[in-house]
This record gives sequence, structure tokens and C-alpha cells, in this order.
Amino acid sequence: MRSFKKAATPYFIWALLFIVISLLMVLYYAFTGESGNFSTENFVRFFAGSSLGTLWRSLKIAFFTTLICLVVGYPLAYAISRLEARYRTLAIMLIMVPMWMNFLLRTYAWVTILSKNGVINSFLRYIGAAELDLLYREGAVILGMVYNFLPFMVLPIFTVIDKMDEGLIEAAADLGCNKLMTFIKVIFPLSLPGVASGISMVFIPAISTFEITTLLGGNKTNLIGNVIEQQFTVTGDWHYGSAMSVVLMVFLLFSLIFTRGEDEMGTGSVTSTAEVDRE
Amino acid sequence: MSKFIKRFYLFLVYGFLYAPIIVLIIFSFNEGRTRGSWDGFSLIWYKKLFSDKEILSAVYHTFLVASITTVVSTIIGVLGAIGISPYRKKLRAAILGINQIPVLNPDIVMAVGLMVLYRILGLDFGLVTLILAHIAFTVPYVVLSVLPKLKQMPSSLPEAAMDLGATPSQTLTKVIIPYIKPGIFSGALMAFTLSIDDFVISFFTTGNGIETVSTLVFSMARRGINPEINALSAIMFIIVLFLLVLMNLRTEKVT
Repeated sequence: MRSFKKAATPYFIWALLFIVISLLMVLYYAFTGESGNFSTENFVRFFAGSSLGTLWRSLKIAFFTTLICLVVGYPLAYAISRLEARYRTLAIMLIMVPMWMNFLLRTYAWVTILSKNGVINSFLRYIGAAELDLLYREGAVILGMVYNFLPFMVLPIFTVIDKMDEGLIEAAADLGCNKLMTFIKVIFPLSLPGVASGISMVFIPAISTFEITTLLGGNKTNLIGNVIEQQFTVTGDWHYGSAMSVVLMVFLLFSLIFTRGEDEMGTGSVTSTAEVDRE
Repeated sequence: MSKFIKRFYLFLVYGFLYAPIIVLIIFSFNEGRTRGSWDGFSLIWYKKLFSDKEILSAVYHTFLVASITTVVSTIIGVLGAIGISPYRKKLRAAILGINQIPVLNPDIVMAVGLMVLYRILGLDFGLVTLILAHIAFTVPYVVLSVLPKLKQMPSSLPEAAMDLGATPSQTLTKVIIPYIKPGIFSGALMAFTLSIDDFVISFFTTGNGIETVSTLVFSMARRGINPEINALSAIMFIIVLFLLVLMNLRTEKVT
């Protein structure tokens, strides 16, 4: 295989140019002003100005989105994993099919459902109930995010539960655990690696999205992604926009550390319980 | 009872996931222009779709970009995976760590990085930068789907081929690539899907009036969406569904 080391040359050029250099350039832009001299003014501006409030709101919305995805997605993944084999494949397939359809179109369809003359309000008018103001609020944005990111939570959790050794669950039952205790003591702890990767797969896109906010939040809900987008497309202040991107990357680092820690714990407990099982 | 609750729960969540799609498809047959009110069945938007140059050119660009991206990033990714697998463990881990960055990084940060890179290189934003960007963010996924297959391959296999007189390029095409074919296929499929579905990176790296379906939908959403888009998405959904059923039938035949 040694003679194939050279085959990776285009790959290395790609990695160097599009990952390493481009990220270094973002850092460079973030730490320089218009004049091109080193400065931390972009960060000072960020932590002093209204953008901090935007960041806080983004964190809050991303947190609620992740929480709802977990609360809805975990039981769903669990229920699917308990289905008969042939329904199980179909059920997972049905989770993935919408992802193959343009997500902006699917998100925009919610406008048709939620708007003033939309499906829900037409129905409410029809039965004589009061109309609801649903669109262009924080709730609509969270709904759109949950709708888009729910599969990212369900799939990793399902994979972990589905691969779980049935013997462990039977052993727990043999040793006197009822269904609830088996779930709390065996299934849930073993599924934590899936939960951790689900959380980061939902949280990262949720904190950085600007398209869902634009479609469903109108101009009322501004998130950190929207502010970055405006810096690059409208205002043209690339230095400030880069600084905010760097702040976003810091959150990525946090979530990386979080998932890695969880993962080690998770696999650790799998091997240790498996060893106990063997004895 | 608990079975009933489970079924009901599944029904609710799937209803939530499919409601927008159903609404979209139903309203693609709506005669009127306004959303929400039903004015009668008609195929007018389908007819208009096939004469709308703006939408058709966006569809064309989407597939053009996705096809070129798939071919190029599959080649780079497969060769890259083959090239880095003989490296020492620590060095390989470091390379894979860098490979993970575009996978885990928020799309917007990757897009911003590309924008800044293009400006420094002095590139004009347009079709070329768009394709380069798509290749940039899909390569890591190809590498990730090929590497496990390469790990499964016993290293004695290419060694035997070379001992028996095969040149490195023969070993590559006759031994290694046939062995990792499933990985290559799933990597290419992933690159294609990601490219077709991408919005954020396209939005920041395109220019010169080049639109993909995603960027067009986004700009349309601001000035009021055209019901032709509903017709387009209905057609795309039916195609995807058809392909999935076809793939399922084929895998069932194989097993």
C-alpha cells in the first residue's frame, strides 16, 4: 500500500486550500480591521453591542429546538426500533424520504399552513373559531427548525438502540428488572452515545441557521446566522462577519468536547457491561 | 393499549413530517395563485413550469453542479482515502481530524471561509466558484464512506497483486477499487445528495446570476413565491419516491 501514498496529493491540496487556509483567512479577517492591522475591535464590538443579545436569543432558540427534538425524537427512535423488522426499515425510510426533497421548499410549505389565509386559519374560520397569529414569530422558527432537524436526532439514536445486544435486555429481565427498570438501567444508558451525537447534530445547524429564520420568522426574529449573512451580503463588513463566525466555531468546539466525553463514557459502559455479561 | 399509544404517536410524528409535503403537492394542482384557498383543480402551474426559463435554468444548474461535483469529489476523496490509509496511526488521525472540520462546522462558517478565500484568490463569483465550493464540502464525506471499506481490505491483497507483477496502477484498478466499490458508490451518492440539497454554501459562493433551485426558492420567498415551484417540488418528490422504490426492489432481489 505504501506506493499509493502519492494518490492522496490532490486530497491534501484540497484540505490545505479549502479547510486550513480558508479557516486561517477567516481568523485573519476576524482579527484585523478595515486598515488591515491586527486588532480585537471586531470582538470588542460584538461583546459590547446588540449582537450579544442576538447570540443569546440564538442560543435560547437552539436550546429549545434541541430539547424538543430530543423529547419527540427519542420515543420515536425507540418505538421504531421495537417494530417488526419489515416495518422498521419502512419506518426509517419514511424518516429519511423528506430529506431528499429540497428543504427550503418544505420549510416554505409551512408558510402555506401557518399564514393568515393558510390551511390552519381557513379551517378555524370554517368551524367558526377565532383565527390564530402563527407565522413570523419565534414559535414558527422553532417549529421550522424542529421540522428540519428532527431526523438528525432520530437516526443516530435509532442506530444505537437497534444495534444494542438483545442479550443485555433479556439478562436484565432474567435478573428481575421490569420493563421500566430495564429501560432506565440498561437501554437508556447504552443509548447515550446516540443521544450525544443527535444533540450536536441538531444544535450546530440550529444555532447557525439563517434561512429558516428568514422564511418563517419574517424580519422579526433575527438570529446570529442572519447577522452574519447581512454582514457579508448587505453591509459588506467582512471583518465583523468573520469575527462572528469565529464565535460560532467556539460553540462547535464546546459541542465536540461534549460529544467526545459522552462517547467515551458510552462505549466504556458497553464494554464493561459486555464483560460482566460474559462472566 | 400501549400498542395503540405507540401507533398513535408514530402517526402523529409522521403526520408532522409529511404535512408540508402533502400541502405542497395538493396546492400544485390549485387553479388560483393564492395559497390557502382552493380554487379548483388545474394543471396550469405544471404547464407554466415547463416554459419558465428562470426555474428551468435553476434546475439545469443544480444538476450540472451536482454531477460535476460528484465526479470530481469522488475521485479526490477515493484517491485521498487510499493515499492516507498507509500512514501511521497518529498522522492519519490528525488528517482525519482536519477532514472532520467541514463535516461538523456550521455550513455558514464554511461558506464564509470560502467567500474570503475566493476574494483573496481574486476569483469572480459564478458557476466556477459554486462548483469549487460544492467539491470542497462534499470531499470529506466521500473519504469517510470509503475509509471503512479500505480498513476491511487485508493489506496482503494489494501486496499479492504487486508480487505477482501488477503495476501500482493495475493494482489500483483491478484489486483495490473493485474491493471498495460499495464505499465509493455510497460516497458518490452522498456527494450528489448533499450537493442537490445544499443552500447555505451555494447562497454565499454563487454570483453572476447563477441560481440553483435552493437559492431561487430563497430569493422567490422574499418577493412572493410562484406556484410553479410547488409543481416542480411535486415532480421532484415523485421522482425521488420512484427511485427509492426502485432501489428497494433491487436490493430485495439481491438478498
